[in-house]
Formats: sequence, structure tokens, C-alpha cells
Amino acid sequence: MSETALELNNVWKKFIKGERYDSLRDLIPAVFRNTLSGNRSSELSGMEFWALKDISFQVRRGEALGIIGPNGSGKSTTLKILSGILRPTSGKITVNGRLSALIEVGAGFHQDLTGRENIFLNGSILGMKKEEIKRRMDEIIEFSGISEFIDTPVKRFSSGMYARLGFSIAAHVDPEILLVDEVLSVGDMWFQEKCLEKMLSFKNKNIAIIFVSHNLESVNVLCSKTALIKKGTLRTIGDTAETIREYICSNQEEAVDVATENSISNVKLLNMKNELVSICYPEQKCRLTFKIRCDKPFEECQLGFLIHRLSDGLSICDYNLPLNSIKRADSSGDTADGAIDFDINLLRGSYSVSLHMYHYPSATFLTRVKNIAYFSVEERVSWHGVTHISPLLHSIG
Amino acid sequence: MKEMVNELIHYRELLYILTWRDIKIRYKQSVMGFMWAVFMPMLIVAAGIIMKLAFSFISGKPFNVMDLASISVKALPWSFFIGSIRFSTICLTANSNLVSKIYFPREIFPLAAILANLFDFVIASSALAVILAVGNIGISLNILWLPILLFLLVVLTAGIAFVLSCANLFFRDVKYIVEVVLTFAIFFTPVFYEASLFGKWSSLLLANPVGAILEQINNVVVLHQPPDLFWLSYAATFSFCLFIASWFVFHRSEFLFAERI
Repeated sequence: MSETALELNNVWKKFIKGERYDSLRDLIPAVFRNTLSGNRSSELSGMEFWALKDISFQVRRGEALGIIGPNGSGKSTTLKILSGILRPTSGKITVNGRLSALIEVGAGFHQDLTGRENIFLNGSILGMKKEEIKRRMDEIIEFSGISEFIDTPVKRFSSGMYARLGFSIAAHVDPEILLVDEVLSVGDMWFQEKCLEKMLSFKNKNIAIIFVSHNLESVNVLCSKTALIKKGTLRTIGDTAETIREYICSNQEEAVDVATENSISNVKLLNMKNELVSICYPEQKCRLTFKIRCDKPFEECQLGFLIHRLSDGLSICDYNLPLNSIKRADSSGDTADGAIDFDINLLRGSYSVSLHMYHYPSATFLTRVKNIAYFSVEERVSWHGVTHISPLLHSIG
Repeated sequence: MKEMVNELIHYRELLYILTWRDIKIRYKQSVMGFMWAVFMPMLIVAAGIIMKLAFSFISGKPFNVMDLASISVKALPWSFFIGSIRFSTICLTANSNLVSKIYFPREIFPLAAILANLFDFVIASSALAVILAVGNIGISLNILWLPILLFLLVVLTAGIAFVLSCANLFFRDVKYIVEVVLTFAIFFTPVFYEASLFGKWSSLLLANPVGAILEQINNVVVLHQPPDLFWLSYAATFSFCLFIASWFVFHRSEFLFAERI
């Protein structure tokens, strides 16, 4: 059961930045120039960089590992190394079992072939036998939900239909190891949900999954373990909620606005015991404290208080609170300390808080600070959704 | 080596499917449909006839059916050869999304390009077979050599294709060079003329393995002679050595394809 499906041991990967000579026309003069001047090696080494630095992890059968990280951090490179497209500069990889990689949906599609023909083409590219494809054809078409257009050339498909067909094929390859790289984002939410369910069912079938995504929500649903990769290094690997939080918080410093004449600073999220928190629970009360500097009369201003869900940017709330309920630190100064108390009536997910100050008479924003604080909510009761409405099941009479 | 062959055998279905894709697309896009397969050889034959006529004016020897037969018989494999080289040179770069996104043995690409051209060749050949039968060229037991000769031609083509497809991936202007060479190669290869025309210099022309194979094909199909065993074994040795060497080169550089494409 707990057999290792995939293993990376101290994998390093070097890439070369900038343009390289990709034609003889450029190469031949360059070779002459370099032999004449004779400093070939120094020029090259400056262009090299490590795309992956000492990455090690393993995935067992029936386990789903999420990989998150900013763009260009090496997530896809990791997958490409695992699938054999790239070879690591040093280090060792071990793959036990039939591997199916979805680095890009529909990578093997040919524009002029129909959907049905592309199922044959892509299926065999992903390693299916012809008989197998024939047998599962109806299943694939049905899962994709585009049976109406299956005999149309795929060049007439929308990108969503493209993604649907691509995922359907990959989902029916029956892999023992599945690598998925941010491919569901094009599909509509019903299809995304369908794919997630499919992948969850894979997990029960003892298939190892590596799931790369920027949709932290999906990672959270699917993966019990998640790795955070930043600038080619493996920062954390472990519990998904823990890793996602670290990922979110690591961006926090970069997001803070520089102080101007009017500013909101010292933003802290506390619980009612005045301790800093980043994980909250439904029905908990939280306090957001901050310091404001405002050169306008407080009576003319409003404080905007916004919460967004990180996974999809959904606006949870957008309050405008009159600033006159806050007292100035001293009668002459323009600073004040304030706090907002609020209830976490939210479901599982990661959320960000944004604040702004708005001046009525001039109809201008005095200052705006986006994503100044982050928190994630943990609960294991709901499956999906946003608001915690405290449902209670009981008998009557 | 054994590993390489095994991997290829494992992926053979993909080879068929990619070949089928290439054929399907070619015939789908072209209004001429199956005419496509005979169009190129017909052009070559037409050019050959013009040249032969010019020869016969100068030498005074009359132009006969045998000449026409041997030009056609050599034009078809030649057209297969240049077609395969042309397609396989660009096969990796044309499939860059597959090369950089999905793993399978990359040898499949040039091989599929060759097989798709072989399909065209078979179509054109069946048309030619009818014409030869009508033209009363006759047949002899020597025709049994033909499959062996064609197999040699495929091996040789694959050998060249491996190196060129790989080279074109690393250096994008290789395809232009190939294009130019292919345009003029017909003058250096005994397609329109017989190597024997050059007397003691004929071995220079036969040193070109494609020329050696074409001459033997002409021997067994039109002249009803057994092939020249010396040149046959020369072409065979050359083809197999080139094939194995270039397959190794291809295989060894394969891991660089995805990052250099």
C-alpha cells in the first residue's frame, strides 16, 4: 500500500539564460570570434542559472502531492524531469509504474483532425493501446461533455472545449502515476469540479498524483501533502494547510505599501486574547488592529474593509466603515490606532484582507493597502462554499 | 542498443498513429487527394523525359519505351527519398509542442515521416506497376530482389533522417541547406541517366549509396538482371552503418531536445 511510486533525490537542473546560437549562420561566426578572442568559458558560465536546486521528495501510491509556488519557480521543470522530457543535471529520479503526464492539455492535438481522431492520437501519445482507446472511446467522449462536436476539427473548438477533451483523455489512460500541471484553469467550474472528483477517485484507486496548481482551493481539496517551491528550492513540504499558509505569508512583506502622507500601517490580525493568528475557525471572533495617518478630518472619511478569497479572488465582503468612531491619538496629531472586530463566518479556504481610506468631499482614495493581512480558515465539516451559517440538524416534535 | 529497440517496439502503436496522422492530414488538406502521391513522381518523370529527349537528339539514339520505364522506376524511389528527407528534417521542430510537453522516444517522429512517405510511394508504385504491365516491360525472377533493395533505401533514408532532424533542432537553418542540396542532388544521382554512361568514372556516381540502390532497382525491374552484388553490398554496408551511427547520435542527444527546441 505504502509503496513508493516516485522519488527525487537531490535533483539539480541547470538552464542557460538568454539567446543561444540556434542556427549555423550564427554559430560559425561565433566560433571563429571565440577562438580568436579565446574567452569562451567565462561568457557561458555567467548565463547559467539553477532552475532546480537540490530537490528531494517522494510520493507513495494513493498519495496526492500538491506543488505550489510563484511563476517561474521550477514547478513545471520538476514535472518535466519526472516525466522524462528533461534530464536532471545531477541527482536521481526513480519512477515505479506507468506514468501519465498532463503538462499541457491537448499538447498532442492536431488542429485539422476531429475530436474523435484526436482522441486516438492523443491517447496513444499518452501511452494507450489502440484497442484500449476504442473500448473507452464512449466513456471519454461522455466525460468531456462535448459529444455534439466530437466530429468537428479541433481548430474550431473553444479553449474550454479543448481543455475538456484533453483532460478526459488523460483521465482515462489509467496511469499508476499522474502528473497534472495547472491544466484545469480553462474549464468552467462544473468541469473543474468533475476533474477534481475524478482525481480524488484516482487517489482511492491507489494512484500517485502530483498536482501543480495556482488554485490553492483545489490543492487543498485534493492533496494531503504539499510542497512549496520558490526560486528552484524546496522551501517546505508537509501538511497542505500549513504549506499554503507559508506560501501566502511569504508574499506578505512584498505586498505592503510604502508609507505616504496618509497611511495605514501596523496591521495585525489577532484573536480575542490579543495573540497573532493566521489560522482561524468558523464562529471565531477576530480583531484586526492598525495604525492610520490621515490629514483630513476623520468625519469626512470612511475606512474600506475588504476580504477576498485567495483561490479565486471572490469578494467576500466590502464594507465602508465611518472613520469618526476612531479617536485621534492626541488632539493635534493626525494619527490614530484602531481595530475592527469581526466574526469569521467563513468556510475552509485562504483569505486576504485589504483596507483603504476614502475621503468623501474630494471623492478620492487617500490610501489603499491591498492584501495587507492573510488568514486561512480550517474546518472539516463542509465540502465546498464560502459562508458558515451554523447549520444544525435535529429532530422536531 | 537492445534497450533502444525495445523502447521502439513498445511504442510501435504510436508510430502507426503518427504515420496515420501525417497521411490523413496530407490527404485532408489537399484537394487533389490521392493525386498528391503521384504528382511529385510525375513531375520528375516529365523532367526525365525532356532530358532523355535532349540526349537522344545529340547522340542520335532514338528514345524508346525502355528509357521511359527506367526513368519512372528510378523516379519513384527518388521522390520517396527526397520527400522523406524533406519531411523528417523538420519533423522535430514542427512537433515542438509534443517534444517539449510529452515524453516518448523521439525516433518516432522521423520514422513516422518516412512511413508516411512510404505510403505515398506504395500508391504511386501501384499506379506505375499498371503502366509497366500495359507497356509490356515484362517481369523476371529478379524482381524478388526489389523488397530487399527498397528496405535498404528505407534504412539509408532513416539514417540520414535521424541526423538531419536532430541537426535542424539545434540549428534551424539546416532545413534551408537540405532544401538546396535536395534540389540539385538529382543531377549527382543516376536518376535520369545510367551510371554506366560515365564509363570508368561510373563508380564515382555509384559511391553515392542512393545512386547505387537506384541502379540496382533499375537492374531488377526493367533490365531483368540480377543486381550488381558489389555495389549492393556496398550500399547495404553503408546504409546499416550510417543507420546505427546516426541512431546513436540521435539517441544520445535526445535528452537535450526539450530544452533546446
